[in-house]
Amino acid sequence: MTQAIGLYSYWIVILLMMAGLYIMIARYNLVKKIIGLGLFQTSIFYLYITMGKVDGGTAPILVEDATLLYSNPVPHVLILTAIVVGVATSAVALALIVRIYESFDTIEEDEIKAIEAQEPDS
Amino acid sequence: MTEQLPALQILITMMAAPLCVLVRNARVSWAIALLANAFACWVAWQLLQQVQTTGVIRYALGGWAAPSGIEYYIDTMNAAVLLLVSGISTLSLLYAYKSVSKAVPMAKHYLFYSAWLLCVTGLMGIVITGDAFNVFVFLEVSSLATYMLISFGDDRRALTASFRYLVLGSVGASFILIGIGFLYAATGSLNMVDLAERIPDSESQRAVLVAFSFITIGVLIKAAVFPLHAWLPNAYTFAPIAVTAFLAGTATKVSLYVLLRFFFSIFGEAYSFGQLFLNTVLLPAAIAGFVLMSLVAIFQTDLRRMLAYSSVAQIGYIVAGFALASQAGLTAGIVHIVNHAMVKTALFMAVGCIIYRVGHAHRPSLDSLFKHMPFTCVAFIISGLGLIGVPLTVGFVSKFTLIGAAMERGWWILAGLVLISSLMAVVYVGRVVEVMLFRQSRQSGPESSGLSEAPVTMLIPMYVLVAMGLYFGINGSQTLSVAGEAARQLLGGF
Repeated sequence: MTQAIGLYSYWIVILLMMAGLYIMIARYNLVKKIIGLGLFQTSIFYLYITMGKVDGGTAPILVEDATLLYSNPVPHVLILTAIVVGVATSAVALALIVRIYESFDTIEEDEIKAIEAQEPDS
Repeated sequence: MTEQLPALQILITMMAAPLCVLVRNARVSWAIALLANAFACWVAWQLLQQVQTTGVIRYALGGWAAPSGIEYYIDTMNAAVLLLVSGISTLSLLYAYKSVSKAVPMAKHYLFYSAWLLCVTGLMGIVITGDAFNVFVFLEVSSLATYMLISFGDDRRALTASFRYLVLGSVGASFILIGIGFLYAATGSLNMVDLAERIPDSESQRAVLVAFSFITIGVLIKAAVFPLHAWLPNAYTFAPIAVTAFLAGTATKVSLYVLLRFFFSIFGEAYSFGQLFLNTVLLPAAIAGFVLMSLVAIFQTDLRRMLAYSSVAQIGYIVAGFALASQAGLTAGIVHIVNHAMVKTALFMAVGCIIYRVGHAHRPSLDSLFKHMPFTCVAFIISGLGLIGVPLTVGFVSKFTLIGAAMERGWWILAGLVLISSLMAVVYVGRVVEVMLFRQSRQSGPESSGLSEAPVTMLIPMYVLVAMGLYFGINGSQTLSVAGEAARQLLGGF
């Protein structure tokens, strides 16, 4: 039991991840879907950061003292890249939503589907 | 020079992308893109030769040695897929010049070609890299560029198709990211060769299992394996047709390559198929894919959508080959990756020619098209026969190998279902051919008067692919020996 509580960081990851997935599936508003996607991706960043943490370790900065315990820096570096990717994804998605709003006059997915259903294929 | 080839493979197209944005000129940016792609194609050809003579190439990027630095790892499989991706991309670019000028406003062309270059860079990066995290980074580079390319389509539904792909694709890529994270937690390494060595000894096998599941689902989404293909039909239908031709031959194929790399090289055949019975998941998905999607393709009236569903079906054949997890099965899967890329790209190019002249790809109103566009129709028919798997075409080579592999395992039902699904392909290709060749124009006939053959720059790349399809169909031993060699290396692990 105490172990399960001690891993609270992972519980937060799971909570965020499921919340993000739920928003993406349950919400029809495209902007809200992207918010869900952002939450989902953030949970993964959190997962990586949690993995890199060493109990009692400090920030991984080069110091003279070789015996100093420090956290694993690799997940931090990786997640820096993933954050950039996440920002780019959101930017592209929001740009697409703007274009969708311009041509469909709505960003509600069910309304867009209704409009699309009336258009023949070619 | 030659020892730097692996880096050049990626760098040239990557540096050409911002160059296109800077010149802001439609023609110049097209020329830059074409040159960069042709160069990448040449590099891939050199790499394939080098791999076949001297064996596996391991290139430490920036001079940082393997486990901690990023490494490019090239064996027969990578080199073949690299050549495929850069080759298809070069031909599609040549084709794009005329085709895209109608679909995309001239002022936006430089952005279009820049996105194209980034997409190719990403796809080649996924294939060449020997670092698991690098796969994710390049996957996102290519995916983001792909969303952009799809949204260039002139129908407004291209936007929603692109958006849906973005949401699903991001979830897929995120799943892969989670999987790689768990792999790192379990082994402390990201280098593929290193991972393969450390996974069996890892103390936390449960983390490895979780990583395996996440990566599998993520890659299956990106590869559009049935039932995770929902993004594909609309994306292929509404993207500019040159982009569809390019993506149909490369994007899903690269994802299938990632699947192979993870299942066979990193986790190992004994783990994925021996311990986890992956074939009990993959095989039903593959069979349902090629039977149901071929059936759905029959009832499509839009040629692009029909070919899109057919693509999902063909991916089913490839995955069925993988699921056999034998030398013959893998060879069949790999050879079908190459063969299907040639056939499907040629088919989409033919449809693009039709759209360029007729203005749409609605099957019932293409009456007696053959009279007006004979070259396009002949290319469509030959490639269509290749899709079905008629002897003397590439489709026959791969289906013959696949059925042989299924029988070798004693899976007669699989062999039978492949044949049934091929018969369905006869129906959906046949319906198009029937309209093109034999149906008389009705009085309300289409804009058939004054209809002429497609421009030469569109016909040439299409016929290059058709000719390659015929050549490798008649002389299948070359592709089969490369695929066989690749399968042997994959089954042997790193």
